[in-house]
Amino acid sequence: MTVPALRLIDVEKSFGPTAVIMGVSLDVTTGSRHAIIGPNGAGKTTLFNLVSGRFPLSAGRIELHGRRIDALEPHEITRRGLSRSFQVTSIFSRMSVFENIRCGLLWSRGYRYSFWHLLGRERALNEAAERLLADVNLEARRDLPAGLLSYAEQRALEIGITIAGGADTVLLDEPTAGMSRSEADHAVALIRRITAGKTLVMVEHDMSVVFDLADVVTVLVYGQVIASGPPAEIRANRAVQDAYLGAPVETGIA
Amino acid sequence: MSESAVGTTAAPLAAGRTGGLLRRQWPWLVTLAFALVVPWFFFDWTTGRHSGFVVAMLSQIGIMVIFALSYNMLMGQAGLLSFGHAVLLGLGGYVTAHVITASKAGALPLPLEGTPLVGGLGGLFFAIVLGYFATKQRATAFAMITLGIGELITACALMFQTFFGGEGGVSTNRMTGHSLFGLAYGASIQVYYLIVAWTAISIALMLLLTRTPLGRMANACRDNFERAQFVGYDPRRVRFFQFALSGFFAGIAGALYTLTYEIVTFDTVAASMSANALLMTYIGGVGVFAGPVIGAVLIVLLQSWVSLLSNSWLVYAGVLFILMVTFAPGGIGGLVMMHQPIWRAHRLGRLAGPYLRLLVPGLLVVVGFVLVVELCSFLTIGAAQGKTFTLSRVTIEPRTPLPWAVAAVLLVGGGLWLRQAAGGFARAWHAVVDEIKAAGMRA
Repeated sequence: MTVPALRLIDVEKSFGPTAVIMGVSLDVTTGSRHAIIGPNGAGKTTLFNLVSGRFPLSAGRIELHGRRIDALEPHEITRRGLSRSFQVTSIFSRMSVFENIRCGLLWSRGYRYSFWHLLGRERALNEAAERLLADVNLEARRDLPAGLLSYAEQRALEIGITIAGGADTVLLDEPTAGMSRSEADHAVALIRRITAGKTLVMVEHDMSVVFDLADVVTVLVYGQVIASGPPAEIRANRAVQDAYLGAPVETGIA
Repeated sequence: MSESAVGTTAAPLAAGRTGGLLRRQWPWLVTLAFALVVPWFFFDWTTGRHSGFVVAMLSQIGIMVIFALSYNMLMGQAGLLSFGHAVLLGLGGYVTAHVITASKAGALPLPLEGTPLVGGLGGLFFAIVLGYFATKQRATAFAMITLGIGELITACALMFQTFFGGEGGVSTNRMTGHSLFGLAYGASIQVYYLIVAWTAISIALMLLLTRTPLGRMANACRDNFERAQFVGYDPRRVRFFQFALSGFFAGIAGALYTLTYEIVTFDTVAASMSANALLMTYIGGVGVFAGPVIGAVLIVLLQSWVSLLSNSWLVYAGVLFILMVTFAPGGIGGLVMMHQPIWRAHRLGRLAGPYLRLLVPGLLVVVGFVLVVELCSFLTIGAAQGKTFTLSRVTIEPRTPLPWAVAAVLLVGGGLWLRQAAGGFARAWHAVVDEIKAAGMRA
């Protein structure tokens, strides 16, 4: 048995008296594409915030490749190879698209807090940023301030920044939320392409995206895992159908 | 839009070729050349002396340019609003004063040309100590801490006599006899050229810093500090390093201050000096690298030149600040940058007419406003000083209604006219911008 890329053990989170995550245990196999679904308010995004270090846990532990990460700061977790995107687009809005991508690359390329490298002269870095820019299809927007991009383009940039650092474990929070059908199809193709060989965990509302992309689906309802398994199994699961899939949210309204 | 200029100017430094340097950086080189020759425009050939007033003013501009640019490393580039930046300038100045005194005594034979580096290191040292606390926080909490630090150091300056010299400050004598070029530095023009050299070095270094990973991540933390964490950076560290480097340059400015005035008092660390940095930087424009340079020149001109003519120069500076914050938050630099796409499209000429039509009502309003302020001033302070209000030999009596009526007419009439002209200007502006956009679409 290999060590899972990500392991959650009895994770709990309460905000004051309100328990949001109530004992979640989860193994994410290295190299798999793992979707977390569940009705609104089930705690999916909170779970991401716990894993990525944005919020502290109330109880339990989280391991990345067998090493405990639940007491670390977000930047320390990122440096260990786990990176995340945000449900509400989170980019550097006043900087150019290219600069956004390049910022995503800096730490992993060992620049740290250097004030003695001139970015314009770092050829390998800039070539990598250009390649990534092409990967997320934003070459035409290279020098535009990121805040001026269209919504779908901002989402693509968000994914670009998230994967730029070369993380082996990528958490995507509703990457296709608010997109039209064709935009979502584009995004799915993009995600599939650029997360090849990586471990992917995503929160998603759009069932067609989930069943298209995921190897494993975990269903979270009211802060608890009610089912976890291959997509076909989840689709057939009665409890899941009752709790979630049968409900009108199925159509993918975020 | 104007603010986006910081961080988006991806233009890499021309790969070391002087041709590229000339092409890209010519405004800086022109400014440098101008700074070198401008004292000679005011040289009195009959007596063979430089104008002391002009040299003093130019020296102050150089010092304030470094100070304002170092402030913008926090404000514009890192999004950190500091109310205590003068502390770093002042402490750099105090350190320099002690070092120069030691140098003259022979204990530390350091050439005078190198003392700004010592001041910079002093500023760096105190920025590391104070920044350690201040940069634990961001936004409002950071601003509050810097305010507290400013008050704290000002209080210390009056309490600790040995280092700060109390109310009298620390005096020194820059003629230490140690110079790389054998200069005595008795004449202020020699100090001015030293200031020009250090200002040029500081500007170049600060400009290069914006193009480093740290400079870029300072922009990133300004835009979205949380996202910066999730690309692997600790925003606190970014703030700390940026603060420390900013202190280095503020310290250089402080050292040049000491060299110029040969005395450092607690005024240099006090809140009004910090406010000066804010004023210069904001009026000049936080979003453009060169913005604070413009602001520093303008404020020093107001301070030293307008203050000769009027008691109320601070009123003008204050009103200018409020106007900029309200109508042009990008500052003068931002206003200039707004014209860049129009200039590139060769359509700037189309705006000449609309600008001219703004000029007359604008001048009327300015004259009306100045008249009101001066009338008030002569009614109160001027009367106390026993001065009379004269305009080209015409004595204006502030106790009669006529000048007030003239001022009111200018202000109100000009204001109404200006409003109407502004509407026309806005239409012309948008027409040109739309035209350029349409042309861009077709291309």
